[in-house]
Amino acid sequence: MIMRETMMLRDAWLITRKDLRIEIRSRIITNQIAPYTLLILVLFGFALDADTETLRDTGPGLFWVSILLVAILAIQRAVDIENSDSAQDRLLLSPISSLSLFIGKAIGLFLQLIVLEILMMIAMVTLFDSSIDNFLLIIVSAIIATIGIASTGTLYGVLATGLGVRETLLPILLLPVLAPVVVGATRAFGDGFGRVNADGWAWVGLLSVVAVLYTVLGMLAYGQLLEEA
Amino acid sequence: MGALLLLGIPTLVIFAFFLSPEDDNMKDAVRLLYIHVPMAIFAYVAVIMTGIGSVFYLWKKSRWWDTVAHASAEIGLIFCGLVLVTGSIWGRPTWNTWWEWGDVRLVTTLVLFLMLLGYLALRQVPANPEIRAKRASIVGVITAINIPIINRSVEWWENNTLHQKSSLTDGKLENLTLFTLFLGLMLTGVCYLWLMTHRFRVGWLQTEIENEGALGVLQERIAESTASSAETITKEDGEEEVI
Repeated sequence: MIMRETMMLRDAWLITRKDLRIEIRSRIITNQIAPYTLLILVLFGFALDADTETLRDTGPGLFWVSILLVAILAIQRAVDIENSDSAQDRLLLSPISSLSLFIGKAIGLFLQLIVLEILMMIAMVTLFDSSIDNFLLIIVSAIIATIGIASTGTLYGVLATGLGVRETLLPILLLPVLAPVVVGATRAFGDGFGRVNADGWAWVGLLSVVAVLYTVLGMLAYGQLLEEA
Repeated sequence: MGALLLLGIPTLVIFAFFLSPEDDNMKDAVRLLYIHVPMAIFAYVAVIMTGIGSVFYLWKKSRWWDTVAHASAEIGLIFCGLVLVTGSIWGRPTWNTWWEWGDVRLVTTLVLFLMLLGYLALRQVPANPEIRAKRASIVGVITAINIPIINRSVEWWENNTLHQKSSLTDGKLENLTLFTLFLGLMLTGVCYLWLMTHRFRVGWLQTEIENEGALGVLQERIAESTASSAETITKEDGEEEVI
């Protein structure tokens, strides 16, 4: 039993490494998606009249909205990797289980998003002159929220594939599902940045429920969708 | 059921606006609750039904369950939208705001509404009906699972919510108010069943047309190809023509 689980995790890690290696070599995340993330922050600055106090207050929300927009690009990119050159067919022919595939792809997406979040956090602290009050709350809420985004994104990425309308269908399906993540993470970040009077840890509770729920659902449904995508 | 609604709705209006008393705290705004609360309950029932239909479709691969899930989601979307509208109208005099972002139940109801929009958008995508049904079923299950989060959220984050506790379980309502609320609940239930019956029938017929349409086209093509090959053979033989 333990042997099987170890094998499953090893396979998942292989998938993660494959995805990350492709991303590092193609440099699409670093050359295109990361600058896009920064661009969104700058545009928010223009849109909000360059008022630093307003930007500090709305910073947590702007952060997570930007991450969601960027996540959609990263998810589409993760799906494209498998669709090009019939890579997915070969993966399905390999002895790797769909569960390992899901976990591997979700971890890959999680790590990419974490890198983008770190970049964005540095930009936000610099551009918006924000100061962090509670580091632990910020880190824990960011990790849990990103788990939720990565697992939901991996499931919905494959769900919207093969219908010919992925670019438009994916945001409609994904964003409402991730709305609780945005609400919870924004509140937790607001508390972490000392900008709102909210119990950030209570919102981490909401984020944890969503993250666990959608990860389990993703594990159950991914295999069925993969075969026909 | 239609006749029952035709009689029941004017009765509810009479009870809600003329016979039932105003509330001590909510004043006349309480009258909105006679449709807001039943619709909220049946919006949840509709989404749960979509979830059940989706689970059974994934299990049995039955078109019947898929049509039930689809029909219920459409009705759930309408009820959910009306809950949000009536809730906002009720919230203005009671909470002094149209919308409160800090209220978890309100926000999650909106999320449910948006998820139903996504579900129905997926339903409209031109694709293989079986593939579309399977994917919609997975989205349907996820949407239904969102319901407990909505219901439990008030208890989990009580300090962060404006939403009042259920007036029904508090036992503070007067007899006539309670009767009107139950009348509203019963009528909304009948309305849900009536709409479900008709939407299911339309959905079922739509699929029949789609299937028969495809089969008809296929048969036409087969007939055409058989006729043209027969024509070629007879022309080559040069004996007789087949029209």
